Amino acid sequence: MIPRHLWPKNYRHSITFLAAGIVIAGVTLYLALPVLALLIRIPPGQFIATLQDPGVTSALWLSLFTTCITLVIVILIGTPFAYFHSRYSYPGKVIVDTLIDLPLVLPPAVAGVALLVLYGRVGLLGRYFNMFGIQLAFTTLAVIMAQIFVASPFYLRQAKSLFEQLDPAYEQTARTLGASSLRILTMVTVPMTAGGLVSGAVMTFGRALGEFGATIMFAGNLPGVTQTMPLAVYVEMESNVNVGLTISILLVIISFAIMIAVRLIQKREADRA
Amino acid sequence: MLEAMMVKRLRDYTLDFALSAKPGEVTVLMGVNGSGKSTTLNIIAGLLTPDTASITLNGECLSLTAEGINVPAEDRRIGYVLQNSAVFPHMTVRDNVAFGLRARHIPRPVISERIAYWMEQMHIADLTGVRAGNLSGGQKQRVALARALAIEPGLLMLDEPFTALDADSTQTVKDLTRRVVKDMQIPCIVVTHRVSDSTDIGDRACVICQGKKEWEGIPGEMPEICTVCHCA
Repeated sequence: MIPRHLWPKNYRHSITFLAAGIVIAGVTLYLALPVLALLIRIPPGQFIATLQDPGVTSALWLSLFTTCITLVIVILIGTPFAYFHSRYSYPGKVIVDTLIDLPLVLPPAVAGVALLVLYGRVGLLGRYFNMFGIQLAFTTLAVIMAQIFVASPFYLRQAKSLFEQLDPAYEQTARTLGASSLRILTMVTVPMTAGGLVSGAVMTFGRALGEFGATIMFAGNLPGVTQTMPLAVYVEMESNVNVGLTISILLVIISFAIMIAVRLIQKREADRA
Repeated sequence: MLEAMMVKRLRDYTLDFALSAKPGEVTVLMGVNGSGKSTTLNIIAGLLTPDTASITLNGECLSLTAEGINVPAEDRRIGYVLQNSAVFPHMTVRDNVAFGLRARHIPRPVISERIAYWMEQMHIADLTGVRAGNLSGGQKQRVALARALAIEPGLLMLDEPFTALDADSTQTVKDLTRRVVKDMQIPCIVVTHRVSDSTDIGDRACVICQGKKEWEGIPGEMPEICTVCHCA
């Protein structure tokens, strides 16, 4: 056998090239094939017809409604939170940092159980809400609470990191020019990090839209009230496969749109930089 | 007239520095990296809190720790151009120059008047609608200067204003700075680490090393080697 160092250079390059091609093709196919299988499972005509199914429309609108509310709440509360958190040192900051990341590694079903134990009818806080006739668990509000708990870290982490990376000279200059903290946040800090914030918001939207485990545990699976698209997929796959597949394809399309949006935003940011 | 005395314990040394600057004069603050130049400006601007300080500007007390006085940065009326000019890249040139005036709730007609005046003075009138992020280094520096001067400050401070500029832009910014300081009769402090800058622009020079005043006098008469740490 010819020793490797004596192989012709082109031959060695070809082997590297072939190995790279196999690895790249293998990973790509592994990721793409399930999605392709889903897309070709239902003919386009049937897909469009099934979109009219009440089960689909109800789950779609509920999902979009709750996810939009979740996004608004996360942006309105998360932005100032991330700003103050990145700008000030306070006791227990490391613990807060860990808590922000916790939902990312916590199994969603466990997050749902935790929310139920806290806000359920006989939960730690829920029992007091119940005394005033307020029930949180198994309502549309519970869907939103579960989505916020699970999806907000995507926005919070992004916003925190953007604010930390922003050159302090901009905010310092704004201060010496006479700007208040609110004006600095709204006129300088947020506009200068807007691209990244939008990117974080889109990821949060995507995560909230796909939320399943925490929602089913804390909000249940009531059609029209708490049955979001992922929950509807789960139910319909047992009774009406076509509806389940149609909702799945819808989720794939929305996920693709989200990823394309994120890519475009990142590209625009890179071009601007 | 600026009269400043400050003490602040830093990680490697204690900044213990006194500085005065007369109206219409450019005082050049020199020293190697990490000698305390920018820290001094930040304390005067109110961006850093000193351990002990007595700072007065045109008779107004900005900081007097003995009496617990520390006027916030936003109320000091100091035009401060930080390193890298820090123009807001997402705003137009006009919005950059107007930023301080709007933040101070100055009436609109006055804002328009001052913007027009300072953009003319800094030769940036033709850049009014251009996004500041698209400007060259020299243009950014002139926008930053116009923005700092538009608030009609009682003191102008420039931190390493010539670092990223080519020779032509450097000369333009130096000429403009000298002219407005004379016209407005305000004190001006320029931080630099280049000896040539001090002789070009400075009426007085001050060398700082590890937080202590090493030398003060007329630019050009500066010793070549610092006697504290022997830096050049």
